[in-house]
Formats: sequence, structure tokens, C-alpha cells
Amino acid sequence: MGTIETTLGHVNIASIIIFFVFVAITLVITYWAAKKTKTTSEFYAADRNISGFQNGLALSGDYMSAASFLGIAGMVSLKGYDGLIYSIGFLVGWPLVMFLIAEPLRNLGKFTFADVVAFRLKQKPVRIASSVGSLMTIVFYLIAQMVGAGSLINILFGLPYELAVVIVGLVMISYVLFGGMLATTWVQIIKAVLLLSGATFLVIMTLASFGMNPISLFEQAAAKYGDAVLSPGGFVTNPWDAVSLGLALILGTAGLPHILMRFFTVPDAKQARKSVFIATGFIGYFYILTFIIGFGAMVLVGQDVISGIDKGGNMAALLLAESVGGRFFLGFIAAVAFATILAVVAGLTLSGASTLSHDLYVNVIKKGKTDEAGEVKVARISTLMIGLLAIILGLTFKGQNVAFMVGLAFAIAASSNFPSLLLSILWKKFTTKGAVASIITGASLSVILIILSPTVWVDIMGNETAIFPLKNPALISMSASFLAAFIFSKLTMEPSAEEKFEDEKLRTYLGVGAE
Amino acid sequence: MGIQASRVKEILDSKKFKDIVKKRLRVSLSLTALMLIVYFGFMLTIAFYKELLAVKIGEHITIGLPIGLGVIVFAWLLTGFYTRWANNKYDKAVRELRNEILEK
Repeated sequence: MGTIETTLGHVNIASIIIFFVFVAITLVITYWAAKKTKTTSEFYAADRNISGFQNGLALSGDYMSAASFLGIAGMVSLKGYDGLIYSIGFLVGWPLVMFLIAEPLRNLGKFTFADVVAFRLKQKPVRIASSVGSLMTIVFYLIAQMVGAGSLINILFGLPYELAVVIVGLVMISYVLFGGMLATTWVQIIKAVLLLSGATFLVIMTLASFGMNPISLFEQAAAKYGDAVLSPGGFVTNPWDAVSLGLALILGTAGLPHILMRFFTVPDAKQARKSVFIATGFIGYFYILTFIIGFGAMVLVGQDVISGIDKGGNMAALLLAESVGGRFFLGFIAAVAFATILAVVAGLTLSGASTLSHDLYVNVIKKGKTDEAGEVKVARISTLMIGLLAIILGLTFKGQNVAFMVGLAFAIAASSNFPSLLLSILWKKFTTKGAVASIITGASLSVILIILSPTVWVDIMGNETAIFPLKNPALISMSASFLAAFIFSKLTMEPSAEEKFEDEKLRTYLGVGAE
Repeated sequence: MGIQASRVKEILDSKKFKDIVKKRLRVSLSLTALMLIVYFGFMLTIAFYKELLAVKIGEHITIGLPIGLGVIVFAWLLTGFYTRWANNKYDKAVRELRNEILEK
């Protein structure tokens, strides 16, 4: 082993054909969805007709990005057990979404999570602040996805970076612009099924070389690279770092606008909880698969080859696919990775567009007074704006180190979106000023602290030592956000908000009056 | 469903409604705490007693493997447990109260 001839980076006909079939099918679905997308509820929430099972698949489609598929498999292939620690952090946020957020969100909101935060507070300031938090989360996540898309497609297909970014941008815009949430949901479902079955197949083919016994795979890995690959290594060295990253990952999941938005597509709270159960199962299963794929690549491809092609190991899963299934299978997995990126950016764009149109245009500028047709039109214009922004960002950040932006997006989601959402559901004395202070504190501290952290200050800007010691700021920025919410709510009184809290309870717990 | 303001207060003050809210908060907050304890327990074990997870249970296999994968399965089982509780107990109580409201 270790002398694998790879065809990565050359034009792979199988891959291009499979990818075009995927695009063709999804565009036909978009055409079908476009005919059913006329009202706001249809555009933003697929008319609340998605079943819990479908939404669970779509949620996992939204969450399982190419970065987590290729990145985590790569990390496992080079570091072993440490890759598992990382993926566990991404999973355990889901139960919390279910216990704390999903049902109240479904009962109280209409199209965006800001509906819930602003439910009993003053619309204008809260909507503006929430939009800032939402848009920052979405933009940083989008940059990471678009830059990843460009470079990935460049390596996979040999297509120029710029062309890849423009293709991803245009296809994704057409899903959202014409087919709204219905098309976006089906793109997520198809992508999730493709990714889960592709990864399952890859695991079966890999285990076939080990008598279908994963234990013998792990044992061969340990025999080849030492027992250290089967136990924790250097991933967690500073406990504060571990806690801070953990908080960002698990509570950030509960504050990602494109994930939260999906709960408005199901008919009621019961289906909302079912969708989290389904999503958690599929995502957990997927992380277990990536763990086996990583070890498969470690043994069958070899760490030298993997890190020789990409330092971070991002090509491990693809090299393994080629090694166990040949060029055609490589093409299939590569096409699935491409489809994955498309689906994730479509979800992000739709949620960004809903923030612009529903939160800012309708509820701030028009003060809630618009007609259906007008709002759908604005939603479509917003889609175009966010979609074009995604393309521009992808082109601007070419060649930049943007991996930290996913961590930053999770930190902002955990420190800015999550605290205000949780407190608006649970705390009677939460006020407008408390919400605004919490959101602004969380978002700005996340950005400032990550710039001063080792992640940016040392690794990207090349300084000797970092001013802020933690790699992810969530521990400080989220605590500060809760503290700001507490102090500013205590300092201000909002009798109307307290009064509405009682009515809100009927809706939160019984679903009375839910849309 | 429109409900008069006076009725809203009556429902909010009723023992049944208060019980529903209390039960719901108790279940969701304890499950949240349980998940956080398991996750941060795992992370802090790695930070402070890494060697515990390197203990061998086979020729090469460490106890860290089943524990790590176990955290994933545990998270999923927890969502299953909650779903079952909510579908059977919580929804039933909510349905009863809603019917009562509608009857009056």
C-alpha cells in the first residue's frame, strides 16, 4: 500500500454524469415545487406540509456538510480517535434542540426564530438585533462553504475554482428562487439519502477487506500506526479550550438559523420533535460511518498518501472510495460531495433571505403591513441578493484560510441567537433591552475574541502569542451574552412583555393559536 | 382558536395547566442536564485523565472506543426517550386540557 495511483484532479466522466443527473433531477423537482410556491407560507415553510420523517432527513441534509463528511473522515484518518471527539461535539447539540427549543419554536414562530424572540418584545429593535446575529452566522458559514466548494470541486473535477463557485451559486439560487422551501427541502432529502447510502456502501466495501469486522480494522490500524490512534491524543490539551469548543458546538446547533427555520415546515409540535429524533439518528449513524471510513483510509490508503495529497486529510474518504471501488465509485462519492455543498448553501441562502425579507423588510420597514404577493416578491429579491453575495464572497476569499469561520459561525449562533431564543421562551422578565444587549454582546464578543485568539491572531496573522487564550470564544462570549441579558432585563421594566408571557404560555405548552 | 381573556386567566391558573408546565420543564431540563453531564464528563475525562480512555479491553482495542461511540448512541436514545414520553404522556395531558377548554 501507499503507492496508490489516484485519478483525483483529472476529469472524471462518471462523476460529471452523476452530478448532472443530480442537478437535472433537482431542477425538475424545483419546477414542480415552483408551481406550488405562491404564498409566503409556501415560500418560507413549504406550507407546513412536510412530515416529521421528511423533515428529519432534511435536517440531517442541512447539517451534514461536505466539510463534516470529508473533514472528519480526514481527521480520523490522520489522528484516529481525536476525530471522533470532534464529531461527538457536533451531535450532542441535537438532543438539546429537542428538549429546549424545537416545540416552543414551532408553536410560537411563523417563519424565522426572530418571530419567537420578538413575540412579546418590541418588534423593531429585537428584529434588527436578531437579524444581525442571524446574518452574521449565515455569512460566515456561507463563506466557509463556498470557499470549500470551489477548492473541493477544483481538486475533484479539475474545474477552475471560479467556475465551480459560480455553478454552485447559480444552481443553488434557482432552487431557492423558484422552488422556495419545498424545493430546498427535497434537495436536502435527496442529498441526505445519497450521502447516507454512499457512506454506507463505502463502509461495507471497506469492511469487506476485514472480514466484515470493524474490530479487525481498528486492530490493523493500531498495528500499523501504534496504539495511540485508538485513544485520545492532542485534540484536547487545555480543558478550558475543550469546554469552550464544546459549548460552541452544542449550543450553536440550537442557534443556527437555517436549522431552526426547518421546524416551521412541519404541521405541529409533535412532528417537530419527531424530526429531531430522526435527524439525531441519521446524523449519529453518519458520524459512526465517517469514523470507520477514516480508519479504512488510514489502513487501506495510508497516512503518507492522504497527507501527501492534502495536508488536512480532506481527500481521505475519496481516496478510500477509489481504492475499494475504483474510478466509478470515486466519481459517485465526489458527485455526492458536490451535491452536499449545493444543498447546504441552498438552506443557508433561504434562511438568509427570510431574515432580510420577513424580519427586516416586512416587520421593521413595513411594520408588518404588507400583502402576500408583495412579500413573496421581496423574499425572491432577497434570495437573489444573498445568492449573489455568496458567489461574491466565494470569489473574494479564494485561497484564504476560512476553516475557522465554521467555528466562528457556531460561536455566534451559541452566543447571540441561542441565549435570546432560550430566554424569550423561559424567562418572564426578559425585556427588549435585555434581548438587544444580549444579542449585540454575544455577536460582537465572538468576532473580537476570535480575532484575538490563537485561531486567527497566531495561525492566520502569524503573531507569536495570542492576546485571548481560547481557540473558540463561546465560553466567554456566551456567558457575557447571558449576563448582559440578565443585567439589562433587571434594569428595565416591560409590563407589556410580562403580561404577554402568560398568553404566550398557552401557545408554548398547548399549541393554542400556533400557526 | 379564540379564547376570551377571562378564560385565559382561568386556564393559566388551573392546577392542570400548571402541572403540565411543571412536568414539561422538569423533564426537558433534567434531560438537558443529563446530556450536558455525559458530554462534559467525557470531555473533561479526556482533558484530565486521558489515560483512563486508553485502557485496553482487547489486544489493541481501548475502552475509549465503546465509550465514544456510546456517547453518540446515548444522545440518540435520549431523544427517543423524550419523544416517547411526550407522545404518550405530555400530548395526552395537553389533549385533555384542550378538549376541556373547547367544551366550555
